[in-house]
Amino acid sequence: MIGMIFILTYCVIGLVRIILQLPKDDRRKFFLSLINPVTMMKNIRDIICDCLLHVKIWKRNKLLGYMHSSIAFGWFMLIVIGHIEVFLYVPHRAKFLYYPIFFRYFVAETDTTLKGSLLFFLMDFFLLVVLSGIFLAMIKRIRSRFFGMRRTTNPSFLDLVGLYSLWAIFPLRLLAEGFTADISGGSFLTKSLNHVFTAFLGNHVNMLPTWWAYSLALGVFFCVLPFTRYMHIPTEILLIPLRNAGIRITNARKGLAKAQVYSCPNCGLCIDACPMGVMKTNIKDTTVYLNRQIRRRNENRIEEISDKCLLCGKCTAICPVGVEGDKLRIAQRSIRKYGISPDCSSIDTSGLIEECNFSGPSDGKVLYFAGCMTALTPKISRAMCSVLSSAGIQYEMMDRDGGICCGRPVMMAGRVEQAEEMIRKNTEIIKASGASVLLLSCPICYKIFKEKYRLEGIRVVHHTEYLKELIDSKSIRISRNDLKYVYHDPCELGRGCGIYEEPRKVISEAGELVEAGKHHKESICCGGSLGSLSLGFDKRQPMTENALNNLTAASPDVIVTACPLCLSTFSRYADRPVEDIAEIIDKNMARQA
Amino acid sequence: MDFGFGIAPSSAINLDRTDLEKFEKVHDMEPDIYKCMACGSCSATCPAGRFTGMSLRKVILDLQRGKEAEAISMLKGCMLCGKCSMVCPRGINTRHLILSICRTYKEE
Repeated sequence: MIGMIFILTYCVIGLVRIILQLPKDDRRKFFLSLINPVTMMKNIRDIICDCLLHVKIWKRNKLLGYMHSSIAFGWFMLIVIGHIEVFLYVPHRAKFLYYPIFFRYFVAETDTTLKGSLLFFLMDFFLLVVLSGIFLAMIKRIRSRFFGMRRTTNPSFLDLVGLYSLWAIFPLRLLAEGFTADISGGSFLTKSLNHVFTAFLGNHVNMLPTWWAYSLALGVFFCVLPFTRYMHIPTEILLIPLRNAGIRITNARKGLAKAQVYSCPNCGLCIDACPMGVMKTNIKDTTVYLNRQIRRRNENRIEEISDKCLLCGKCTAICPVGVEGDKLRIAQRSIRKYGISPDCSSIDTSGLIEECNFSGPSDGKVLYFAGCMTALTPKISRAMCSVLSSAGIQYEMMDRDGGICCGRPVMMAGRVEQAEEMIRKNTEIIKASGASVLLLSCPICYKIFKEKYRLEGIRVVHHTEYLKELIDSKSIRISRNDLKYVYHDPCELGRGCGIYEEPRKVISEAGELVEAGKHHKESICCGGSLGSLSLGFDKRQPMTENALNNLTAASPDVIVTACPLCLSTFSRYADRPVEDIAEIIDKNMARQA
Repeated sequence: MDFGFGIAPSSAINLDRTDLEKFEKVHDMEPDIYKCMACGSCSATCPAGRFTGMSLRKVILDLQRGKEAEAISMLKGCMLCGKCSMVCPRGINTRHLILSICRTYKEE
């Protein structure tokens, strides 16, 4: 009883606080989305799929999925059927919340009617389902390897209290109902258990301690719930409508960020996913632990964890509840105080515009922005220029002698204002060029150009997309060779911008394409990412080697990537050639001599 | 060393009067700062250098010599693109170094 009241008030207060913490515009957006029938249907569907049935976990791992949905859905059905029973038999008591839970204790009912025995059967059936889930959970705690998880989270003390009380609730309920089954009725499970008990414990007084233990376990679980990982159960129901309303993280600790932190179930799926976790290092720097430290307000650790991350976004991609580990970290970085604030306002764009010597606006003209990183790997821009000239495309370079950085690296370091300044400067140059297509060969640039730049009328394309268009429109012709290529999905291009298929189609024109061990949204970061602020050169080497091992699983001849940073990182340690997709196309292009 | 006349201010460096306390603090945060051999690879590759005068090599030298104001005005122009960390022959984590300096030193 106490537990129930406590948890309900806590949830309501938490809900109101998070909604109040949202910025005004976002709050309006949220409430409007609640009324909108389309998002309402989506909310309901998502809540049922994710919170009750755990569809996402099912897709990932059948056993884990069964464990979660058996406990969640089974418990939910126990509550629902419990309520139905109360409404049917003692409608005048229905206003007491606790009544359905202890129904069997209060009411002696008969199972002779069809309706009664069906309900009893259902109750017992779902109890069995939950018990099987709990049993699996116990095995998982002891041997997580059975569930395909190499590593799992280390629970805190209160988590353990919550865990054990959760484990205790249902076996105790079984015992308690077993004792009372001959008075209040039961079905295949409780009835047969009752026969066993009556064989040596005939006295009905015995049922009291079990009912007490059951209610105590329930009370303990609900009382510790807000301080444990089980807080994700109520919070996720709030997170889903927030997400569907299209709200983004704007404050490092409040609003959506808070909802995400509390939605983290501490399942530890992100631990195995994290590219920093090779050789069992940096395990405590994964998103689970970030969430835990944010809840504990341990500023030193929050800082350390958020600075170390490579921001590859893999934890976000696989998270079953949708905690955005990368965005959460960028938000933490943005509240950091620096003694020296960056200032790029003194950069004069007119000199750069003059230097580019633009030919004036013309329809279909391509402006090629190679980016800072491509300047270090000039073979990419050379290959790209060669492809463009052979295709007969009119193009102009924006940064032949170096340009202003796109702003993504400062954005990742949490310096939003500086990034906006650089975006303004670059926009001026792009607008002055009069081009209608902006071509990029760096996925880091591509992401920010796509998301943050306001370039009306100018199409932003990455060179993988552009090459595919050139091939599709037969502007260039490719001759096949018999090499085996493997494609590495750069984090910012794949998970960041959702471009997976275009580069694959382009490569399969040139030769045989094989897949890496982990690919598409589970591809492993090369380790060279600009996302990490504190990881040193030597610490990144094992990560790169691990990523290379993953890529060479199908023994390809050439490793192909579409990011200049991945290219230079892999080239350092790879045992076979690493090439950019533009180079492959440039080499295999059938030229009219 | 001031003779009392001259167009440019004196650029004499007095290491006796240089307070390296903050420099040591940066060293605690990013030990790599001692690894720098001032080869200038970072400055050569820096895309911000031509716009804002940023040069990490100069920043480190200036800080060691107590010329904080010059170093700070350069650091304000850093675009954190990370090219310097890719070219550094000593494998210094230059971005972390720059951010550590930005946290330790203060603008006037």
